Amino acid sequence: MNSQIFHPFVLPFVLGMAFVLTYCLVGLIRVISQLPKDDRKKFWRSLVTPKTAWANIRDLFGDCLFHVKIWKRNPVLGYMHTAIAFGWFMIIVIGHVMLFTLKPLQGVEVERLQGMFTNFYYPIFFKYFAEETPVFAFLMDFFLLMIISGILIAVVKKIHSKIVGVKRVMHFGFADSLIRFALWTIFPFRLIAEKTNIMAFWWLYSIDLLIFMCMLPFTRYMHIPTEALFILLRHAGIKVTEPRKGYVLAELYSCPSCGLCIDACPMSVNDKMSGNTSAYFMKKLRNKDTEESQRIAETCLMCGKCVKICPLSIESCDIKFSQRASIPYNINSDHSYLNVISTEAEKSSKVLYFAGCMTQLTPKIMRAMKQIMEKAGEDYQFMDENGVICCGRPMMLSGKTAEAKAMVEKNTELIKKSGATKLVLSCPICYKVFKEEYHLEGIEIQHHTQYIDELVKTGKLKVSKGDVNYVYHDPCELGRAFEIYDEPREVLENVGNLRKAKSEKEISICCGGSLGSFTLTQQERDEITANSVNDLMFNNPDEIVTACPLCLKTFARKSPVKVKDIAEVVSEKI
Amino acid sequence: MDFGFCLSPSSHVKMDSVDLTTFNRLKEINPDVNTCIACGSCTATCTAGNFTEMSFRRMLLMLQRGKEDEAKKMIQRCMLCGKCTLVCPRGINIRKILLDITR
Repeated sequence: MNSQIFHPFVLPFVLGMAFVLTYCLVGLIRVISQLPKDDRKKFWRSLVTPKTAWANIRDLFGDCLFHVKIWKRNPVLGYMHTAIAFGWFMIIVIGHVMLFTLKPLQGVEVERLQGMFTNFYYPIFFKYFAEETPVFAFLMDFFLLMIISGILIAVVKKIHSKIVGVKRVMHFGFADSLIRFALWTIFPFRLIAEKTNIMAFWWLYSIDLLIFMCMLPFTRYMHIPTEALFILLRHAGIKVTEPRKGYVLAELYSCPSCGLCIDACPMSVNDKMSGNTSAYFMKKLRNKDTEESQRIAETCLMCGKCVKICPLSIESCDIKFSQRASIPYNINSDHSYLNVISTEAEKSSKVLYFAGCMTQLTPKIMRAMKQIMEKAGEDYQFMDENGVICCGRPMMLSGKTAEAKAMVEKNTELIKKSGATKLVLSCPICYKVFKEEYHLEGIEIQHHTQYIDELVKTGKLKVSKGDVNYVYHDPCELGRAFEIYDEPREVLENVGNLRKAKSEKEISICCGGSLGSFTLTQQERDEITANSVNDLMFNNPDEIVTACPLCLKTFARKSPVKVKDIAEVVSEKI
Repeated sequence: MDFGFCLSPSSHVKMDSVDLTTFNRLKEINPDVNTCIACGSCTATCTAGNFTEMSFRRMLLMLQRGKEDEAKKMIQRCMLCGKCTLVCPRGINIRKILLDITR
């Protein structure tokens, strides 16, 4: 009886589809069951909370179907991906609409066709089963050609990626190459089959789909089903806790290995170092290559650029943190000696200035800040003029959050005892940790860029405008982490002319000195720095200005022009 | 008998019999250890050294003399702030070495 309603060529497809669906279902249960109990509750709740539900819908359409973030980054790649993914989606949708609205071909009963559960297959090969009308035929052709145009771009990208504006691409193994070939051939086969109705092409089409679907769970194309789950989990506010379980698993399988992070990574100055980028990290971790993934996790500068430009906002830095934490170091930190430091404040004042370790190494920033605060007539005091306690961030960067606690507690005590209402910091590394890990209720935390900007705007500090051309370098932990882009630029425009760098704001390139990396050698760092300086020198500025003592120190080694901190520049103009 | 004073214990190190496996392994992973000129910049800037006897320069010396336990004890004070690495005139990645000693 069944032989009447389907041709055996659909069998490979049905088989593949059944496999993929089963795999995804098992994976879904696995990820959700591995989530900590609280996270799971959060997840279920987020699905019914209107705000997150709306964000889910927006991103499911925006990211999974229209790839808005890729369009923003590179329109050609955006078109390429949208053409293939959205085109395919539309073909499936229109196909279904056709199936349910059109008259089936002679000898086939509608009920049978729709009987997904009564018969064991589901007809997808519509042309074969149902008559087409001109409108549907046009739509199907249109989207099929759209897909094929996308595939053409993909082929061009494979042959010569620079044409589509991509410098470095991912290198794939055999499985990934084979499935890509299968994907590329699915649609030409379908086009030929639709137009000629030669049985052999329908068979090829169906077998191609079988190959694609059977390989999908083991290759990068697993991102197609996983990214939807990942978007839901991300919006639920779940954070990375385990090195390779639950939420992280969803992130790992969502990474499409698109390689956008490779060109963005500051380490991609040569071929060898470009293997340390997030795309490779995710792949290695996914393949359970612990040694390599730990090595990359320790090498990463943690500048966060890959997270910012990732079309899916995969939190690769957080995953690297959890990897670092899993490396068995036996430091057995003992910071009990911090207890002997007196917490008695010498005097109390409104503004407390914390220079931090790095600023201690660049005392000119401290001097400049002193000058600025004196001039503005601020009631201030230095917290660490004679010996500083580390803020704890470097310890956390190595994955040891618990060990950093002693420093966090001591600093908190010192700050609270001072009676200040405002804490000014010169180091973005400290700024990040004070903002995120310290509990300083009632105390406003500002980086000196914000503080100086405020002083200038409120008229407390009068500055004169010179004619020096500055370029501003966004420190990673100030820019990408807290989006403090405008304050320093407004300050600089008040004291001179601001020129643009080639890559600015969220895509600014790390100076190469970052404490985030544990294993980069000095030579490797120098290469990164040289590249970053080149980028800043794009518009031939007279001076490079930054707001981080570490960037300042790093650039000073390689820059052809003077490098200054923003506090220094301002102190010269008051 | 307690006289209320005594001779300090001998700090004599028999180089023929000390166990240098840790130091040799360290040199293997981080060849830049060999380039250290013991200038003491790391010690001078050390954040922990401001409060304790922590000193990377001395730590290397201890390891060279097989006093592994003392070196490891010293590392416990480290805050990993990285100032030592920044000031090193030889560009030695001191933070990495500190971590590798304990690995």
